[in-house]
Amino acid sequence: MTSQTQLPVADPESDDPTGTETTDRLDTETGRSRTEVTSAPQWKLIWWRFRRHRLAMIGMVILVILYVVALFAGFFAPFNTTSYSGQHAYQPPQIPHFSFSEGFYVHPTTGATDPETLAPVFTEDTSQMVHLGFFVEGDPYRLLGLVDANVHLFGPEDPGQRWYALGADRGGGDLLSKIIYGSQISLSIGLVGVAISLLLGLILGGISGYFGGTTDTVIQRIIELFMSIPTLPLWLGLAAAVPPQWGPMQTYLMITVILSLVGWTSLARVIRGRLLQTRGEDYVLAAKLDGVPTGRIISRHMLPSFASHIIATVSLAVPAMILSETSLSFLGLGLRAPAVSWGVLLQNAQSVNVVATAPWLLLPGLAVVLAVVAFNFVGDGLRDSADPYGKRS
Amino acid sequence: MFSARRRIRERDRAARAAQRGLAGAVVDAAELSDAEAILDIQGLKTTFHSDEGTVHAVDDIDLVVRRGRTTCIVGESGSGKSATARSILQVVDNPGLIEDGRILFRADPEGPVRDLAALRSKGDAIRSVRGREIGIIFQEPMSALSPVHTIGNQISEVLELHSDLGPAQIRERVIDELNNVGIPRPDERIDAFTFQLSGGMRQRAMIAMALIARPALLIADEPTTALDVTTQAQILDLLGELKVELSMTMIFITHDLGVVAEIADDVVVMRHGKVVETGPVDQIFHDPQHDYTKELLASLPQRSAPLGEPEAPEATPAVGDAVPDGGRPGSVDVVEVVSDPRETVRHEHPQARPLLRIRDLRMEFDAVSGTMFGRRRKEKIVAVNGVDLDIAEGETLGLVGESGCGKTTLGRCVMRAYDPTGGELLYDDGSGAVDLAGLSQKQLLPYRRQVRMVFQDPYGSLNPRMTVRQVIGEPLRVAGLARGSELDDRVETMLERVGLRSSMASRYPHAFSGGERQRIGIARALITSPKLVIADEAVSALDVSVRTQILELLADLQDELGLTYLFISHDLSVVERICDRVAVMYYGNLVEEGPAEQLFANPQHGYTRALLSAVPVADPRVRGTRERVVYRPDEGESEESAA
Repeated sequence: MTSQTQLPVADPESDDPTGTETTDRLDTETGRSRTEVTSAPQWKLIWWRFRRHRLAMIGMVILVILYVVALFAGFFAPFNTTSYSGQHAYQPPQIPHFSFSEGFYVHPTTGATDPETLAPVFTEDTSQMVHLGFFVEGDPYRLLGLVDANVHLFGPEDPGQRWYALGADRGGGDLLSKIIYGSQISLSIGLVGVAISLLLGLILGGISGYFGGTTDTVIQRIIELFMSIPTLPLWLGLAAAVPPQWGPMQTYLMITVILSLVGWTSLARVIRGRLLQTRGEDYVLAAKLDGVPTGRIISRHMLPSFASHIIATVSLAVPAMILSETSLSFLGLGLRAPAVSWGVLLQNAQSVNVVATAPWLLLPGLAVVLAVVAFNFVGDGLRDSADPYGKRS
Repeated sequence: MFSARRRIRERDRAARAAQRGLAGAVVDAAELSDAEAILDIQGLKTTFHSDEGTVHAVDDIDLVVRRGRTTCIVGESGSGKSATARSILQVVDNPGLIEDGRILFRADPEGPVRDLAALRSKGDAIRSVRGREIGIIFQEPMSALSPVHTIGNQISEVLELHSDLGPAQIRERVIDELNNVGIPRPDERIDAFTFQLSGGMRQRAMIAMALIARPALLIADEPTTALDVTTQAQILDLLGELKVELSMTMIFITHDLGVVAEIADDVVVMRHGKVVETGPVDQIFHDPQHDYTKELLASLPQRSAPLGEPEAPEATPAVGDAVPDGGRPGSVDVVEVVSDPRETVRHEHPQARPLLRIRDLRMEFDAVSGTMFGRRRKEKIVAVNGVDLDIAEGETLGLVGESGCGKTTLGRCVMRAYDPTGGELLYDDGSGAVDLAGLSQKQLLPYRRQVRMVFQDPYGSLNPRMTVRQVIGEPLRVAGLARGSELDDRVETMLERVGLRSSMASRYPHAFSGGERQRIGIARALITSPKLVIADEAVSALDVSVRTQILELLADLQDELGLTYLFISHDLSVVERICDRVAVMYYGNLVEEGPAEQLFANPQHGYTRALLSAVPVADPRVRGTRERVVYRPDEGESEESAA
């Protein structure tokens, strides 16, 4: 915005009232008819632009998959989080075999402790098979908290048998199932936390930006106060105040509130900045001169013009929330077992010893990375598409 | 930070690398299409690849710049003139790319010919050419100069890079150069920051920076577009003098044909990335070959005699004659020239019934000054200083002045976008006078429909998230005057009236060009059937050919609907063309007011004369025949604000 770009954008020289010249690029580019382009609302233009952003589209696909899996966790996970098999503690991942006569199968294992190294050793019993199949019956669960079901996408055909796609944890629970169930909390805490932050940010940032003056100064100083407190000790202090006897649901809600109380400040600043900037636009003055009342100016004239930026900012704030939850739980101050989240699962991988013998316990970390990176790609893509004049690499 | 010794070592390394790079780009002198050429562009193609598609900004152009001459590249926005200039130095904006072509440059008349396009854009070779052999001046000095370094620092850097002088010698040279470009008290100003200088001074500093290494070629990219006419006139004079003094060659890029006529020797007309016509300035203006050039010239609002008639310079009327050249020109009756900015010259009062009477209007703004920790003291900036003005029903009143003179503030006070500090705005639509300045926002609502505004910026004044139908219909909708299909009908009728199609109503503003958007802005202003329309620089952001169409539209609508216009503009040629009466403002004061012909033919205030004499006339034959009047109000009162 600061550079004096002489980019030859639309050709304002052609003033024929058909308005064809300016739209030529978009229609050839997106393969759309001219009328479609010229009457496309802003969100549609953003979407067209977004779709050409390859990384963001990949991120978007990953996110959709992650959230669908989290929503139908019971169906996608082979087991429940509570089912375990003590003799399979630290069972390494089992890759399914395939043959045309038997379909998918793995060999059952029996665990023993090596007498010298005390490391768990698993021996495959190749004479037997655990048959795996699609849409098998297994542990019961409630789909979306409403429908009782026991069908799983993929798992052992005999409900009594065990299969560890991504290995087992210390208690012999299936890590894949736990990661899938854990995503429910880890992915939703980001959205809920950001929603609360956004609400706070919209109200306080909106007041600050529209009224300006003393109000603005006071709110900005409060924000600075919040921002100047180091986040980690603040989380620790607030999280330590959560009574340990509270159930997982209450703790979960409390943690989201804590995270959003710390996280709203930057959103409020963005919203304030946008409002201040938009307030000076000619079209706002024009609306004022049209006799439009203040409330309508804010909601109908100003808000839509920066809504896309806010969505982009929000999508970049979600991964920060996910990371916060993970770090809190990892430190043992957020959610605690039996609640399952990626941070809680990573607690198992706290000692070097465990990581050396059972490296698959780090896999929840991979899930965090995947989600965070996907969110960042989508956020970047949205920001670029929402701002047509921003520099793109 | 580099130590001095490391810096010198680094510079020597760069110099050697540059020598190697330049040696690799040498081309046989016979390849120049003109033996006298300093720059010969052959088949240059510069392309911008963006998500929205590929834009051929410069599309296979050939251009020869002859040594010692001023070549003007002229064209409308998007014609590729800036991209051409930037391609020469390989400083094209991201994501632009020079795709093809040769840029042959011969710094020295006898020296080797080099192909600049063959150099790497980030290599040492092209760097040694930039600044030392080719200097460049940009349009907006505020953003081209660094805000955090003193101008002395920035100018010195050029010498540090391209010469062996020591710090004391460099400082001396810089002071000397600042003196050359006409910056008063250069030994103090060398330590000034960019924001401490006025626009004209900044541009002078920029020129000093471009010239300090004595380049053989100077590229000036719209150097006066951001400046006021009087400042523009000074800068053009300065460039002309320096060019002769330093025997440079100059490429001057502009969209303003008046400026071209003032300074060009050769003219290159560009359109859509292609060169449509080249030739000596006299031929371009008086015997244009290409249709586009003719069109450009025809759409030019003329300040002087009509074009095309090859007339002798001495016959040029009005402007040249009105200048008090010691003696008085016989034809015009020149009275004593008034030079006090607080005094208003009134030629005569309008006969028609005034629709709006502005009485002693004052508008003051609070300015907070002081350092970060120091005591704040409040200062008042007087933007409008007791203006009396009548706008008669059905007339077009032009309000002219330079930036910061308070003309926009005056317009916005009338709109009550600002609350005036004092004075009266007596609005009388026939049912008795009402003082708009005294009404509350709520009482004002019915008058908001009678007094409407057309904005300058066709891009910023239309909400990008609303369809044209919503934008135009908004005032009616919020006033509850129309809704549903009736509203749609009225919007569509209005669209057709301003020359757009009614089917365009469902489009968003991004689908329209600048001229069309301005039509939409006009439609929004007229939808409430207003009496008075305030057009604040309504055509300033448009290209000349579009500007003409919009002016014609405004005139047609005035006839049809009996509108009264308050036309605010800095462009005297536009004002003269469409206004019945003209009022001139200078630092918050109304200095002269009267019927357009009378005021232009016989300006009586010193400032009006200065303003008129500074306007470039689009006829190269008039060049040098006009005398420049400089207005310096009596010391005292206005000195502070003029600084």
